[in-house]
Amino acid sequence: MSENGALLQVRDLRKEFPVKSGFLIERVSHTVNAVDGVSFDIAEGKTLGLVGESGSGKSTTGYCILQLIKPTAGSIRFKGEELTELGREELRRMRREMQIVFQDPYSSLDPRMTVGDIVSEPLEVHGVGTRRNRRGRVRELLDVVGFNPDYSNRYPHEFSGGQRQRVGVARALALNPSLIVCDEPVSALDVSIQAQILNLLKDLQRDFGLTYLLISHDLAVVRGMSDHIAVMKDGKILETGTADDVYERPKHEYTRALLTAVPVPDPRRMKERRVERRKLQHVIAET
Amino acid sequence: MAILEVKDLRTHFFTREGVVKAVDGISFTVEAGKTLGIVGESGCGKSVTALSLMGLIPKPPARIVEGSVNFLGRDLTTFSERQLEDVRGREMAMIFQDPMTSLNPTLRIKTQITEVLDRHYGYSKDDAVRRAVELLEEVQIPRAAERLRDYPHRFSGGMRQRVMIAIALACSPKLLIADEPTTALDVTVQAEILDLLEELRREHEMGMMIITHDMGVVAETADEVAVMYAGQIVEQAETQELFDRPEHPYTEALLGALPQLEGENVREGRLRSIPGRPPDLIAPPPGCRFAPRCPHANLQDGCVDQLPELRPIRPGHLVRSRHPAGERQMVPA
Repeated sequence: MSENGALLQVRDLRKEFPVKSGFLIERVSHTVNAVDGVSFDIAEGKTLGLVGESGSGKSTTGYCILQLIKPTAGSIRFKGEELTELGREELRRMRREMQIVFQDPYSSLDPRMTVGDIVSEPLEVHGVGTRRNRRGRVRELLDVVGFNPDYSNRYPHEFSGGQRQRVGVARALALNPSLIVCDEPVSALDVSIQAQILNLLKDLQRDFGLTYLLISHDLAVVRGMSDHIAVMKDGKILETGTADDVYERPKHEYTRALLTAVPVPDPRRMKERRVERRKLQHVIAET
Repeated sequence: MAILEVKDLRTHFFTREGVVKAVDGISFTVEAGKTLGIVGESGCGKSVTALSLMGLIPKPPARIVEGSVNFLGRDLTTFSERQLEDVRGREMAMIFQDPMTSLNPTLRIKTQITEVLDRHYGYSKDDAVRRAVELLEEVQIPRAAERLRDYPHRFSGGMRQRVMIAIALACSPKLLIADEPTTALDVTVQAEILDLLEELRREHEMGMMIITHDMGVVAETADEVAVMYAGQIVEQAETQELFDRPEHPYTEALLGALPQLEGENVREGRLRSIPGRPPDLIAPPPGCRFAPRCPHANLQDGCVDQLPELRPIRPGHLVRSRHPAGERQMVPA
């Protein structure tokens, strides 16, 4: 654990992507700062909601933390270890502790693997258990996420989006991680199914003391799930705070503009919000 | 004045596995200058409804097996493909969810707008271009005349949806159907597009249908809302009434499942999720289609074996359920 008790400590994280131009002979003409000096902490057992619009750099931040892409600069301390300095083997060991749930349960599960194989793969890769107790563990995991373990010999296409996302969550849980990065975990799902998955994530957090980095464009989803919020735009964090502070007393004008742009299921409030939104329209254009 | 009157529309898909009753007996009207919101989850038949009106369902496998679509006094279900072509894009226009794929990437914006004017009005080239500039200005695209020469990839998602709207408006349609018009867009852009649609509807006194999965979008845009479930309308009412006093257990559940942005219960631990999932539309439940997931369904009331009628519970408020909120008895536990 780091000095201030945070499970994950990110400091001045940067990721530049080269932009190539030219025909046949490509040259790097300039770079795009997808993540531009991002810092935050997540305490153990808590959820940080990272919100922003498309292109704000929120997913890139998540991938950098898991070392799925290499950050250009900055420090990522996880359980007191500096991830950016770890060698291959050490990183592999750390990966057991940090997992990811992806947005699209249609493309993030291998269609040629059975549900059981998908969930047991991380166990095999990390050489956990014998074949037999892996099978038991898979059943246990599927049961925990509310997926009927008797269906573990079936293929992903036989299941609905919600069921598939449960499989994705079971896979992420397989190695008993302490941190899970949830990258738009419910964006591809219908509202009624969305609620099931969000409730599941909450239950798992309570039961296993998980720490979440929840990445989403949906401000309403993030609100109920998160302890702390960070609002991103153009690779930078514009505002951080507790969920209540950011949503009820937003300091940054962009946060206010973003909040008033979300349609709420209440026609009367909508009319008031429209007026607020008009006043803030210039902020979106200028930020 | 009603410009569109749909009566008992049934669109079925004849597949090898069986007949999929995607739209199964829906009726509604759209008034000039008003917006009807159709809301439902994926697979409920809301998009097939829109495509049926436009005559754009894939035939085969789909077919309108019953019902009428009365548009400006004519039944479109009796129209030939040629006759429909004269209606589409002229009196009835549609915009789609994904502005990335609904514009042709290999043609300049100019070509894509002027071809509508040419097809329906036989405009000369100069007239068409002049009108195209007006249209882009109307949807608030800056430097309209210059941007006409650009290809779609030069526009952002929101700007592309504006171009789609300009094309839809080209012939001043009486009815604009918007199928998930903002689903692919960021919230701030979504707000701008919804504002624009609202403004255009008022100016042109168009009838509008907004088809969406998002209760918030409906709350913002619609005068009246129809909630669809498993190919049928389960509840229909004026927007404020629907949100104030939802009657159907499905509508209640859908509103309860929404994560809240504001209000007292945002920090409430769990969302009220709906157990199970929508029925298979090849063999839907014989009774109420929501019965298998409904907390109020029971064997005594025929929920399971008789399909409830869509009936008025208050003036202008229709509900298809034996257990609407307003009639529910407190059952002793």
